[in-house]
Amino acid sequence: MAISINAIAYGAVFVAGVILFSIGTPDERSQRTALVAPAPAAEAGQSAPAPSVAGGGGLTLHSVSIDLPDSGRMFPGPGSDGINNNCLACHSAGMVLNQPMLPKSAWQAEVTKMIQSYKAPVSEDDVAAIVDYLARMKAAE
Amino acid sequence: MQGGYIGRPLTRRLLLGQAGVGGLALATAPAWAQATIDLALPGGPDTRPITTAFPEKAVMILQRSRPPLLETPFEVFDKGVFTPNNEFFVRWHWAVIPTKVDVAAYKVAVRGHVNQALSLSMADLLAMPRVELAAVNQCSGNSRGLFQPRVSGGQWANGAMGNAQWTGVRLRDVLDRAGVKGGAVAVRFNGLDEPVVDGAPDFMKSLDVDHARDGEVMLAYQMNGEQLPLLNGFPLRLIVPGWYSTYWVKMLNDIEVLDAPDENYWMKTAYRIPDTPHASVKPSESGFRTVPINRMVPRSFFTNVTDEMTVKSGAVVPLRGIAFGGDCGVSQVELSVDGGLNWQKTALGRDEGTYSFRLWSTQITAPESGARTLQVRCTNTNGEVQPAEPNWNSGGFMRNPIESVRLAVAEPHG
Repeated sequence: MAISINAIAYGAVFVAGVILFSIGTPDERSQRTALVAPAPAAEAGQSAPAPSVAGGGGLTLHSVSIDLPDSGRMFPGPGSDGINNNCLACHSAGMVLNQPMLPKSAWQAEVTKMIQSYKAPVSEDDVAAIVDYLARMKAAE
Repeated sequence: MQGGYIGRPLTRRLLLGQAGVGGLALATAPAWAQATIDLALPGGPDTRPITTAFPEKAVMILQRSRPPLLETPFEVFDKGVFTPNNEFFVRWHWAVIPTKVDVAAYKVAVRGHVNQALSLSMADLLAMPRVELAAVNQCSGNSRGLFQPRVSGGQWANGAMGNAQWTGVRLRDVLDRAGVKGGAVAVRFNGLDEPVVDGAPDFMKSLDVDHARDGEVMLAYQMNGEQLPLLNGFPLRLIVPGWYSTYWVKMLNDIEVLDAPDENYWMKTAYRIPDTPHASVKPSESGFRTVPINRMVPRSFFTNVTDEMTVKSGAVVPLRGIAFGGDCGVSQVELSVDGGLNWQKTALGRDEGTYSFRLWSTQITAPESGARTLQVRCTNTNGEVQPAEPNWNSGGFMRNPIESVRLAVAEPHG
């Protein structure tokens, strides 16, 4: 349990970094969990803009601004240039490397789907290198 | 914790490591998510980072950073019938997700085959008749990582689901305000998320017009009494009770009434299931008809015991968990201690509504030695019962077999 709490604290440091400014009265703030990042004017030291809300029927919604963390990680190992150059614009590397071992034909089908269905702008020259990398890292048999 | 248990508490399922300690760090994990959990997926890889780095979210299992796929740690489901917003799973298809939402400026278009196109503000929606409904939101591919043979896609364990009390307006009321014209066949929903690459298919889903107007489908601006976390679709999300989460469009800003069937990619090509019992086929099978995924099926889970747990010899062991009927209510939840030969009813918790999780509880007396395998199954109010054998399809959709756990029994000393 103690280890869990360490892990939570470890993440909380990061989260604290994105809590920069909170819109609303202290009371309102305590009643919601949204983390609100600063409007540009507030960041520049000018007065904060009026809180942006929508209300009705005894209920108020508060505008939200967040920052999403980015993995920043690349596909590791030799032969990874093709996959790093073509694939990371649309998705991070982790889920690809979390895939089960699949036959090379399945990896070929995945890359084809990314190009044909999802319009991934992969140059013809890199397709074979990407499939080879995936088959080497994640191949069944 | 109540009597009976010794050995590993639930939280030990989190096999925690820290960066640079004992070489446990994941080569592919971001610097902000180095602690890990073991999801016990057959054949692996089954180690995932856990993270608190996502705004408005507590400890989540990191399946993908961008676009985010965050799984609820299963221990959360032991806390109660509703899943806390900050522990509710997250799934996005495309990486262009607005990170700032101004609720004063937000508009929802209602257009297409209607008498009067509308542009509704959040204030407009808040002024309309308000409804509340408890409903399970479950990813079509929840538990995909447990498929055998394994299939590609998000490798979830069982935590791509959650139950919430949703507050908002009936879709029917919104459609009636616009006036659906005769000849309408479907209603299509789009949100603010967008593909990174031009020409890629924007994520859109549609429902038959009669389903859209059934009075249960709703637009929710609150979840468990609070505004939605941005990553769960703030400020407005479609709620389709009893149907898989793929239809629950997030950051909903466009409702289009169609006078022809929706042929968009996400209906015609993606999220299709075999039109067979349990959406199940053999891995070698082809040539079968497919249909868009639709209604959910019954499931039940243990939440207070796991395979890793040891109980005392002869001890009374309380058991509890969650169940849901899918597209209808829970009729009964039963426990078997003899491999499915005999089943005994469990006690059901309060009925929070047809589409909600339902808590169940019972107890067993541990044997003197050895081990005991427990199974739990749900029968829904349509009479559908969870199958003993898991289904299989290449999409990894609609898994719902009877769940089991094996408890080890510690023999008394001396």
